[in-house]
Amino acid sequence: MAGVVVLLVMGLVLGFGIGLAVKFFGAVVDPRLEKVEGMLPNANCGACGFAGCADFARALVALEAEPGKCPSCSSEAVEEICELLGVVAEEREPKVAVVRCGGDNTKAKMAGQYNGVADCKDAVLVAGGGKGCVHGCLGLATCARACPFGAIEITADGIAIVHDELCTGCAKCVSVCPRRLIVLAPASAPAHVYCNSPQKGAAKTKVCKASCIGCRKCVKASEDGQMEIKGFLAAVNYDNPPTAAVCDVCPTKCLKPASDEAASPEPEEAREVVNA
Amino acid sequence: MPDHIFFRGGVHPDDGKSLSCDVAIQSAPLLETYVVPLQQHIGAPPKPVVKKKDAVLRGQLLAEPGGFVSAAIHAPTSGTVKDVSECLGLSGTMIPAVTIVADGEDTAAEPLPVIENWQEADPDVLKQRVTEAGVVGMGGAAFPTSVKLSPPPAKSINVLILNGVECEPCLTADHRLMLEDPEKILIGAQIIARILGVSEIHVGIEANKPDAIALMTEKASGTPVTVSELRVRYPQGAEKQLIYAITGRKVPTGGLPMDVGAVVQNVGTAVAVAEAVLEGKSLYERITTVTGSPVVAPGNWRLRVGTPYSEALKLAGGVKMDPAKLISGGPMMGISVYSLDIPVMKNTSGILLLAADEVSQYTSESCIRCGRCVDACPMSMMPGTLSVQIENERFDLAEDWHALDCIECGCCAYACPSHRPLVQHMRRAKGEIMAKRKAAQAKK
Repeated sequence: MAGVVVLLVMGLVLGFGIGLAVKFFGAVVDPRLEKVEGMLPNANCGACGFAGCADFARALVALEAEPGKCPSCSSEAVEEICELLGVVAEEREPKVAVVRCGGDNTKAKMAGQYNGVADCKDAVLVAGGGKGCVHGCLGLATCARACPFGAIEITADGIAIVHDELCTGCAKCVSVCPRRLIVLAPASAPAHVYCNSPQKGAAKTKVCKASCIGCRKCVKASEDGQMEIKGFLAAVNYDNPPTAAVCDVCPTKCLKPASDEAASPEPEEAREVVNA
Repeated sequence: MPDHIFFRGGVHPDDGKSLSCDVAIQSAPLLETYVVPLQQHIGAPPKPVVKKKDAVLRGQLLAEPGGFVSAAIHAPTSGTVKDVSECLGLSGTMIPAVTIVADGEDTAAEPLPVIENWQEADPDVLKQRVTEAGVVGMGGAAFPTSVKLSPPPAKSINVLILNGVECEPCLTADHRLMLEDPEKILIGAQIIARILGVSEIHVGIEANKPDAIALMTEKASGTPVTVSELRVRYPQGAEKQLIYAITGRKVPTGGLPMDVGAVVQNVGTAVAVAEAVLEGKSLYERITTVTGSPVVAPGNWRLRVGTPYSEALKLAGGVKMDPAKLISGGPMMGISVYSLDIPVMKNTSGILLLAADEVSQYTSESCIRCGRCVDACPMSMMPGTLSVQIENERFDLAEDWHALDCIECGCCAYACPSHRPLVQHMRRAKGEIMAKRKAAQAKK
């Protein structure tokens, strides 16, 4: 009985002491900090340049950073944060990642069988992983593992595709791709060129049916300056993009509407491309 | 049995040398086109000095060194430059290359002036010649020889070791070279020794080449060269293991052979140096073993740089069955490639084909911590532990555990009962660690 009383008294006295200590020495935390943290995606992707979302929230509250710096926030979330902090959001354009290769197993030739570590970065150390095209997507999911939002999928045909609705444009995948295939493009762009091989058309068609052969058909079918040819590769001018209709003229279908990619093609449709 | 010290670890793979070790070196007929890669060595890429439609002569400079650690590239025959573009390289990427269409005359360019009395020549003049001739290490690493011969003044070199071990299975190019050109090897060794200012010269040869040991010993009598018979065990011919076997010196971790006063050169490199000095010949051809059970007539050829693998295979009579695997180099350290368009380079010691029943497809399993890789590692590392860390992308831990000491000999992967891709893991880690160090240096 005596023990219970002693502990009770000790607890009360020490608890009172802690209460006093907090009152006099406690750190003052901005109540907005917790709120801002809650509004951030908390994926810790690092695209803002800070060490995770908590650090970014601290910088936001201290007015050391722009809310728009976070590419992963939706524009509503950015507005909410701005309202809370009383700042004006900068105009920003949402971006999405594009894997510039359309040569999946049904379209691109495999030159050899790769049986090593299942990671693109490892595969490029061993004769390039066995894909016939030395610039193509290896499909070993290094980018998919790097994506904090699960926006990249490796299809059954062995190629990486980006689900635009999940992609926030944080660019984490861009730097991990050993073939440098991933770029950020405006989410509003209607079409992308899914090929990044700088080789000549003849060399490309030998290894891949979905390669850009530099035929200029898309350039002719679009208005001036909307499509460009750089080397042996077509490129969409994202500042002045053509309509998605231009994709119809592409003989290899490497120029595809942006919305088409993630939608899995019908089996008949896929076979048609193979036989083309 | 030789009484030399023996390194720890190592493995005993079937050496497969009987296919080609008795076949004398043959010269190859002239081809119509050669695709000469510009990056044939470790270090900075050289700068091309020719352009499209230029006429070139055999031995003429195609590209000059692009820095201190770099090497010149010379034309393998006379003809016209068709293109300065690119070709498929060993790493599966496109590398810059010069395509030469031969004119069939094979006219030689004016050779570099012959240095006849090399015994009295200025070491700097000899070193300059090695640089001009574009000599690189011909054992496989292709490190520019002139750099190896320019140790910083703080390091005193007192022993030169010639590497005639050829411990890599299936390869017999160095073996044949020692049997057919021992004089040139010995002269080359003495020229290198003169450049380095050393008097102690060893040639290390594995005991499975008794004919080469007998011949080299006979020819070396009366020269300052000592021939050492070494026990047979892979990787006896690895630089650090060879130094240990012959001198008992251990290269410290992260160090180079010059830290223990030694320089190692391949016997093929010695011949290239001798030819550069005595004949003024630049390095544009080498001995390559074309072998493997699917090959009709395995053998050793003197191939010019830029010869596509497909042409080399034709010389060996083609294939009698479908090969399942094509390897540039030997089975332990060679790189598996998938195209016969890849051209022969200065360091292509062998082209190996394997039949389907010789190639096993394994699925890698988890590490069972049996320690066989630790027993096999000649560098006293713990490959199993490292590979688990690397799988989890803990490259910082891998660095602490000395991943950079790995010589990629493949003994661990050979010994692993779980078929783990240990060498690939090590390579990945080495790449990541070097990239991190480079980034840290750039920041400073």
